[in-house]
Amino acid sequence: MPAPQLNANEMETLSVESADVRITESAWQRVKKSWSVRMGGAALLLLLLIAVSAPWLGTVDPTLFDAASRDLVPGGRGEITTLDGEIIKHKFWFGSDSFGRDIYSRVMYGTRVSLAVAVLAALLSLAFGIVCGLSAGYLRWLDGILMRFMDGLMAIPAILIAIALVAMWRGSLTTVVIAIAIPEIPRVTRLVRSLVLSIREEPYVEAAVALGTPTWKIMFWHILPNTIAPLVVQGTYICAAAILVEAILSFLGVGLPPSIPTWGNIMAEGRSQFNEYPHNIFIPGVFLAITVLAVNILGDGLRDTLDPKMAKRV
Amino acid sequence: MLNFIARRILATVPVLGIVAVLVFLLLRLTPGDPAAILAGDAASSEQIARIRVSLGLDQPILVQFGIWLGHVLTGDLGESFFYKVQVTELIAQRLEPTLSLAVLTIVFAVTVAVPLGVIAAWRFGGWFDRALMGFSVMGFSVPVFVLAYILIWIVSLKLGWLPVQGYKRIADGFGPYLQHLILPSITLSVIFIALIARVTRASVLEALGEDYIRTARAKGLRESKVLIRHALANAAVPIVTVIGIGIALLIGGVVVTESVYAIPGLGRLTVDAVLARDFPTIQGVILFFSLVYVGVNLAVDLSYVFLDPRIRY
Repeated sequence: MPAPQLNANEMETLSVESADVRITESAWQRVKKSWSVRMGGAALLLLLLIAVSAPWLGTVDPTLFDAASRDLVPGGRGEITTLDGEIIKHKFWFGSDSFGRDIYSRVMYGTRVSLAVAVLAALLSLAFGIVCGLSAGYLRWLDGILMRFMDGLMAIPAILIAIALVAMWRGSLTTVVIAIAIPEIPRVTRLVRSLVLSIREEPYVEAAVALGTPTWKIMFWHILPNTIAPLVVQGTYICAAAILVEAILSFLGVGLPPSIPTWGNIMAEGRSQFNEYPHNIFIPGVFLAITVLAVNILGDGLRDTLDPKMAKRV
Repeated sequence: MLNFIARRILATVPVLGIVAVLVFLLLRLTPGDPAAILAGDAASSEQIARIRVSLGLDQPILVQFGIWLGHVLTGDLGESFFYKVQVTELIAQRLEPTLSLAVLTIVFAVTVAVPLGVIAAWRFGGWFDRALMGFSVMGFSVPVFVLAYILIWIVSLKLGWLPVQGYKRIADGFGPYLQHLILPSITLSVIFIALIARVTRASVLEALGEDYIRTARAKGLRESKVLIRHALANAAVPIVTVIGIGIALLIGGVVVTESVYAIPGLGRLTVDAVLARDFPTIQGVILFFSLVYVGVNLAVDLSYVFLDPRIRY
């Protein structure tokens, strides 16, 4: 078969027509109209605002404590000693913990950790998953060995990998993010690989091959852009999983060090006093649940609008 | 048929091999000297050297892996640093609570989720369907430990119906045993119900669009029979598949649930081992859980033959 001669313009048209997974103008219109995307997105924007402006929301330094203000119920008044030794009056909106730290400040600052871990873990696992998935799908000699490796990684429950890795490395933001991202890589790899396997049969890829385009350019220029829509959806779900796993790690006492205010750490500290002061667990718990719910609703909305094929599956 | 089963079992060997390599490497991925980490912060250099030799850490890594794999294959997972007993023995001791919790959770989740999913598919788009889908998103989002504390607070602390925490062996009487397991199982089953109900709904919905359903209705079958004998039976494969995949979720949930409810099972053992940096136990428990996961999914694959007579290998 003679190689089809196409100019760049014609190829552009082809790729838009044949790729039903590409984010097109109309898909963006659908996304904007989606009720789920609006609700989830609005809630997340609010949480992002809280994370960014935590110091100006009537909070005090979340690590400050004062023995005189221990175990206050929500709304209780007390005092807190600043790092300069100055004693200030403070209203504890969400109460205080057994060290006399302000739960409200800790919860507000905790938003930063949850959102940061979510985004970083999603980006990291997507980056590795994309490279592995493109390689497995396009470089056939690599496929067998890489996918067997991913099968093995998937056979170990995600939370166990994360717990074990953090235990080895000791908790810090970097290690927690890496430990959460690693078990997600096989899922991204599988998704990208299956997309690549179908996209590589498209006429515009054949055309590019016939024109002598280098392999790396085909992979990143012709194939990768057509995987974006499903990857956006997958990335959103990884964010939700990452927030949950980070909270679980902190809650079990193996995540970020207790000095860093995270929702999981606040709950871990509240465990011993749950009978008398359940708010130490319930308030961060509600924030955690709402955040994950918002991410999941956003993910469902994106899936239904960007990736109708996936929406039909579950 | 036997040929298929043999081939399918053989196919799990490379997966288990890679699991073994990964679990082995987990300890070696530690930045710095594993022996120094094991010895603790206050150890002298002689103590560290002794640990290095006793664990064979002075050998080349391939030799170490060979020795370790040889032990694992003969059922020797090493001795726990913390409990000073064989890890296999430790796992055997902690198996009953975890197995009880897992079985009760799966039975409860399937009993609740499958009918819910069928009804939602039957009344597709109606209020029940939408409510179930809403519940399912909630089920995926509420962290298992938050749910555990909500249930403890309402059922145990406010109403006083069930014990707050703890575990009673089945040998101590069936009543107390069950009482201690009800709340943990409900906690753990919520995410499972969300998952199974979703998949049941989707696959029954797909089956309901088939021609044989129209035929069944046309010949005047009762609706319940159409739904169960025709739609649900044909939707069985994805439902069983998702139960298999969900075992990974269940294992993650067990770790957290056992911690909150103070159940002395394998999940609790995992957390305690991690906190004590008890590496042989961590490796052993992860290997065991992975083996269970691979085994369950193997059983799921084999069950297709019975669930769908069209599948013949």
